[in-house]
Amino acid sequence: MSENSSEIRYLTPPNIELTKEKYCRFKKHKIKYIDYKDEKFLLQFVNEQGKLLPRRITGTSLKYQRKVSQAVKRARHLALMPYVADMLK
Amino acid sequence: MTKRYETVFILTPVLSVDQVKETVVNFKKFLKDSGAKLMHEEDWGLRKLAYPIQKKSTGFYHLFEYEIEGEAIANIEVALKRDEKVMRFLTVALDKHAIAFVESRKNRSKKAEPTTAE
Repeated sequence: MSENSSEIRYLTPPNIELTKEKYCRFKKHKIKYIDYKDEKFLLQFVNEQGKLLPRRITGTSLKYQRKVSQAVKRARHLALMPYVADMLK
Repeated sequence: MTKRYETVFILTPVLSVDQVKETVVNFKKFLKDSGAKLMHEEDWGLRKLAYPIQKKSTGFYHLFEYEIEGEAIANIEVALKRDEKVMRFLTVALDKHAIAFVESRKNRSKKAEPTTAE
C-alpha cells in the first residue's frame, strides 16, 4: 500500500518534450550546393556569437553539415560573415 | 583538362573608381593571358566588411568565373597575393552541383534585370 501511494498515475501519459520531428532541409528540398556568397542564408546555421550550430539543433544531415561548415568558413574569409561577434541576430 | 573556377577578391576602398576599373581590367587581361576562358563576372560594388581588414571597414568586391588549366591557378594566386590593392581573395573550384547552381543563378539575374531596369 505504501508503495502505491508514492506512485503518481496519469490517465493520459504526459506530453513532456513533444518536439517536432527534425529533418534535413537540404535533403527535403534537394539542394545540392550551399553558396558561400549568400551570407543571409548561412546566418541560419550560426548562433548569436557567429559560431556554427550543431547538427542536433539544425537537423542537418552529416553530408550537408560538412558543406554548411565549409561555406561558413569561406564566407568568414571573405568578410561576409564575422569570425567572432555578439548580438549577431 | 580545364576546370571551372570562381575567384572573389576584395580591393581596398582607398582606390578611386577608375583605379578599381583599371585593376579589374588588368586582372581580366592576366586571366586571358594565362589561358582562361572567362564565363562570368560580377561587380558587387563597395560593401561593408563583417570585420576590419587592414584597418578598413569597406571594400570593393569582384567575382570572376572562368575555365582554366589547374596548373595556372597557382600563378593567379601569386599575382593576387603580390597585388597590394587586393586585401583578400578566394579561389574555389566548382564541382558539378556548384556549376548547376551558378548557371541557375545567372539565369535568375538575367530575368531580374529587365524588371529592375538599371
